[in-house]
Amino acid sequence: MEHIAFTGLSVFTLAFAAGVVLSKNAVNGAMCLLLCLAGVAGLFLQLHAYLLAFILILVYAGAVVALFLFIIMLLDMQGGQPVRLRGLQAFAGAVAAGLLVTGLNLLAVRGRLFDTPPDGHSVGASLRLYSYQLFTTYLLPVQVMGFLLLIAMLGVIVLSRRTREPEDAP
Amino acid sequence: MTPALEAYVMLSAALFAIGFLGVLVRRNTLVIFMCLELMLVAASLALVAFSRFNGTEDGDVFVFFILTVAAAEVAVGLAIIVALFRARQTIQVDQLDSLKH
Repeated sequence: MEHIAFTGLSVFTLAFAAGVVLSKNAVNGAMCLLLCLAGVAGLFLQLHAYLLAFILILVYAGAVVALFLFIIMLLDMQGGQPVRLRGLQAFAGAVAAGLLVTGLNLLAVRGRLFDTPPDGHSVGASLRLYSYQLFTTYLLPVQVMGFLLLIAMLGVIVLSRRTREPEDAP
Repeated sequence: MTPALEAYVMLSAALFAIGFLGVLVRRNTLVIFMCLELMLVAASLALVAFSRFNGTEDGDVFVFFILTVAAAEVAVGLAIIVALFRARQTIQVDQLDSLKH
């Protein structure tokens, strides 16, 4: 049963990931990204990472894809250019993707990932363990992350200011 | 019976490869950015899978941080793209080659 769900979710995710790359229109690409992220959230659910699946939907589907769509509409990107597979780029892309998959396959075989059974207790499911980790071991990273968000916010404000102000501005 | 760990790792590798291919092949900066997000999510999937199969929560917490950084990154990146569009009236990477020569 879980195998069927896994296969379905992976096919769904990979198909829409390919849709992001291949779709001519950027809006369709963003919609494909949304569905692909929903598939990944389903895989997270299967891995018992319920909180992460929820956050993925909330942050990515709710905020990031909406922001992407907003910017696509703002820049009026309708009727984008189709994918043109030019010789060198397509070759480099195919070689890089092939190397990546082969290398990971080798790693999986040599590291004996095949016979690793899933651990009995699924720690991702426990919200309590999560927050305990965040407020003990990872307290400093949480603070750094807060600073990062603050700095990113300031950066966005500075970036989106008008670069050339009129001379008679107060 | 859950799927094996290597199935998840291969799936995440395939997802990463698709995103990487998109970054190399596409010309629209926004689509390239979306493909970058795809690669980030692929890495997160591998981390969550390893975390589940090893019985540790460190991978999950790391994905939590990755999601936070990704949100900040998207905000800054899209602001840069909008500023770029205002300055150059295009976001096609073919036409943004001032640093090339």
